[in-house]
Amino acid sequence: MSQFLQSPLSSILGVVAFWLALGTIGVALGRDRDGVRFVYPATALGGALIAWLAGTALGADPVSLVLPLGLPDLPFHLRLDSLSAFFLFLLGLAVTGVSLSAAGYFRAGSSPSPGLTCLQYHVFIAAMVMVILADDAYAFLVAWESMALASYFLVTTDHRHEEIRAAGFLYLVVAHVGAIALLVCFGVLQGQAGSFTFDAMRGVTIAAPWAGVAFSLALVGFGAKAGFLPLHAWLPEAHPAAPSPVSALMSGVMLKTAIYGLLRVTFDLLHTQASAWGVVALVIGLVTALFGVMFAAVQTDMKRLLAYSSIENVGVVLGAIGLAIVFRAHGMASLAALSLVAALYHCLNHAVVKSLLFSATGAVLHATDQRSLGRLGGLIHRMPWVAWLALVGALSLAGLPPLNGFVSEWLLLQSFLFSPDIPDGYLRMLVPLATAALVLAAAFAAYVMVKFYGVVFLGQPREPSLETAHDAGPWERAGLVFLAVWCVLLGLFPALVIRRIDAVTVQLLGEGLGDAATRDWLFLTPMATERASYGPALFLAVIASAVLATFAYVRVRHHGRLRRAPAWDCGYPAQTARMQDTAEGFGQPVKQIFEPFFRIERVIPDPFDRAPRYWSKTEDRLWYWLYLPVARLVAAVSAQVARLQHGRIQWYLVYSFVTLLALLIFIRL
Amino acid sequence: MSPGDLFQQVLEVVIAVFIAPLLVGWVNQCRAWLQNRTGAGIWQPYQVLHKLFRKDAVVAHNASGLFRVTPYIVFASMVLAASLVPMLATALPFAAAADVIALVGLLALARVFMALAAMDVGTAFGSFGARREMLVAALAEPALLMVFFMPALIARSTSLGTIVEALAHRPFVLHPSLAFAAVAFVMVLLAENARIPIDNPTTHLELTMIHEAMILEYSGRHLALMEWAHALKLVIYSTIGIALFLPWGIAEAGDWPGLPLAVLAITLKLLAGGAALAVVESVSAKLRIFRAPEFLASAFLFAVLGVLTHLLLAGRA
Repeated sequence: MSQFLQSPLSSILGVVAFWLALGTIGVALGRDRDGVRFVYPATALGGALIAWLAGTALGADPVSLVLPLGLPDLPFHLRLDSLSAFFLFLLGLAVTGVSLSAAGYFRAGSSPSPGLTCLQYHVFIAAMVMVILADDAYAFLVAWESMALASYFLVTTDHRHEEIRAAGFLYLVVAHVGAIALLVCFGVLQGQAGSFTFDAMRGVTIAAPWAGVAFSLALVGFGAKAGFLPLHAWLPEAHPAAPSPVSALMSGVMLKTAIYGLLRVTFDLLHTQASAWGVVALVIGLVTALFGVMFAAVQTDMKRLLAYSSIENVGVVLGAIGLAIVFRAHGMASLAALSLVAALYHCLNHAVVKSLLFSATGAVLHATDQRSLGRLGGLIHRMPWVAWLALVGALSLAGLPPLNGFVSEWLLLQSFLFSPDIPDGYLRMLVPLATAALVLAAAFAAYVMVKFYGVVFLGQPREPSLETAHDAGPWERAGLVFLAVWCVLLGLFPALVIRRIDAVTVQLLGEGLGDAATRDWLFLTPMATERASYGPALFLAVIASAVLATFAYVRVRHHGRLRRAPAWDCGYPAQTARMQDTAEGFGQPVKQIFEPFFRIERVIPDPFDRAPRYWSKTEDRLWYWLYLPVARLVAAVSAQVARLQHGRIQWYLVYSFVTLLALLIFIRL
Repeated sequence: MSPGDLFQQVLEVVIAVFIAPLLVGWVNQCRAWLQNRTGAGIWQPYQVLHKLFRKDAVVAHNASGLFRVTPYIVFASMVLAASLVPMLATALPFAAAADVIALVGLLALARVFMALAAMDVGTAFGSFGARREMLVAALAEPALLMVFFMPALIARSTSLGTIVEALAHRPFVLHPSLAFAAVAFVMVLLAENARIPIDNPTTHLELTMIHEAMILEYSGRHLALMEWAHALKLVIYSTIGIALFLPWGIAEAGDWPGLPLAVLAITLKLLAGGAALAVVESVSAKLRIFRAPEFLASAFLFAVLGVLTHLLLAGRA
């Protein structure tokens, strides 16, 4: 018993039970609108505990546990190894920060039934922990579906709006297409292993064609959750529809559970990987990344913009995983480790940064009731806390040194630079193109972030009501500060982080980057110092001292006099807030350059029009090429099937009779 | 790091910072000669900076703290960038903090701050300048990275010092791919330094401005720092180009006697490069803003082609 209590795995289960209890407390508090939100700080405490426990479990020996739940001959198997510990750490960090700010967000009036929302929120995070801990296909799928359903209910929290119900429905459909693919994938694995436990699957080596089938199904199944092209359409609808803390968890953590599942199947359950899988993953990943960033650039709703940016980031992660598969298939283990570390680091960064930015949009939403970029602006004066903390997130998401977003980008570019060592000539030719796509996506990410930050927080307020916007409360500030501090820490000390992450690559690939890469805690040197090194702490120190030296020089040598005056603007006196660049304006060059990617409807008024109206709508071509035809096909098929249904009992009796006859004949034959 | 290296490092940065206005003055003077004007003389930029530093800084009512710290951050980023580029010698202690990828990131950091500061006051010109600058950068930055990848592949390192050493001290081998990279680099240099054909540094017509529109609200010491940082950026780009594509004459680590020769070499190269820039600017016209993506896309394509050629030829060997 004492051993049970000491193991990190059972402590994590304890936190899960604690969360579920908190959820029921939330329901019990029910209608007390302002009382429910004080449940969330306790949730954050649990999150911090999970992060700490998972941090200690990284690199430790795997721990297993069998829970007396589930089917009679198939109880739930759980296992905590380095891979799951890493993703639990990520989950713990994000849940801590997001739950703290949720305590400020779920104020009275933010949700029609705060008690239910609180229950669903806790079921959602508990299910995500179980997904990561599950060690058999049955437990995994049960947890996976609980996560999908809980998040569906959270997405449709505000179910009185038609478009939110539609977004929820789309999410549910795609989630189930993915779940079916996963079911079949585990079926294939089970067919070879003879058992549903991951241990049995790990024990057998599956022959090439079946392994390929399993990988493709996993790519589809997890891709539907992660938002890989072309299964992305639900993401920009569903993520913004949810309350901001939930959007943060969906973008920050739920997408990572899909990445976790993909890594689990590809590297842990399957033992040999074909180079072709890697190429497929690389291409899909980079196309997804480019697609995501282009669409993010033309969005006019701040939460949709962030959702598209999430598509971009999971695309980058998938590209890195693809590169790792290619390296591994060619027996280049240390390079595979480098790409995999880049993928994992990017997951961690994105979890923290997206939680930060979605929580910040939550604070903005609360203060202004506006999600549309066209009605925001100038919030840095009214909401300095949120604005300066969101600046950290925006710079990090833009991939700028010395923050964390740059580290994973740097690692990934390093692994691309080493790919000319791949013996396959065609693959070598593919690599420069893939690199080009990656750097293009990264550069446009900066464009998107300048647009996001500049339009929301800088400039003049675009609506008079913004003048009265108030800054975030203490809980929200605490959550944002926590996440922003992690952004900075992950950016400044990458070598310390990679030393821990390396345990995951050792587990998955049998080889890590090794001590040499991380011996020096100040500098990141994945291969050798003379090949490449990056020292973010020194980098920041030099910039900071240069800023101070310049400041001192200017003040001492010259002066510090300052006058305030109206803006110059080339001498034009009658400026209004409407003369600033808008979100549409910021998207316009991207629309123009990459026009073939978008489906654009424009209505341009006639010059003689008395009441001219101009509008344009930018849509996803895939929606018209893929989703609508499939939807029409399903509708047509079900119309045919509906002919069988008449609602008359005698016809149904005839059907049963015919079926029975057919079965009897079948058995006789 | 030895004290000698550190001394050399500091010396390099100081030289780069203080000759930056001189290079701008030289380019302007060359352009004046090409246009049959007398010109203001090569010391003019120093006088402008001196004047600006003495004046009061006038800041718009609506400007936030971000607007006021940005000039310092931009200038400091450029100082760090200058300390990463081998100008006289390849031994640079600070270079361990950042390789070429981080250098590109550093330039992006300065640019993003500048764009955000331009949007801060909330005027029409500031925000469209920011948008255009970010657009040009979003196309030029990938091209720049691909340009850097080429020599990085040859030297099998992304550390700028190692790359330059490998390129300068190797037996003379013709890398056709380097030619592609050089063309792409010159195009990126023009775009990133707000030069014709992408932007016009001497423009007075607001609608054609990119860089000038971004710094329109700045005055006094803030403007001086922005202008100085901009001049420093030109020096950084020029020395990167020289180090990668014309590295001969640069001093190796610990090669003190080689230093005077290195100073002479870099001076001549910068003078020639500045004159060439003036010629390019005098014979070409500014592109319409929507032709700029085509220009930058071809730079990007050149760079990608360079890497492809390198891999093809390396595959043969």
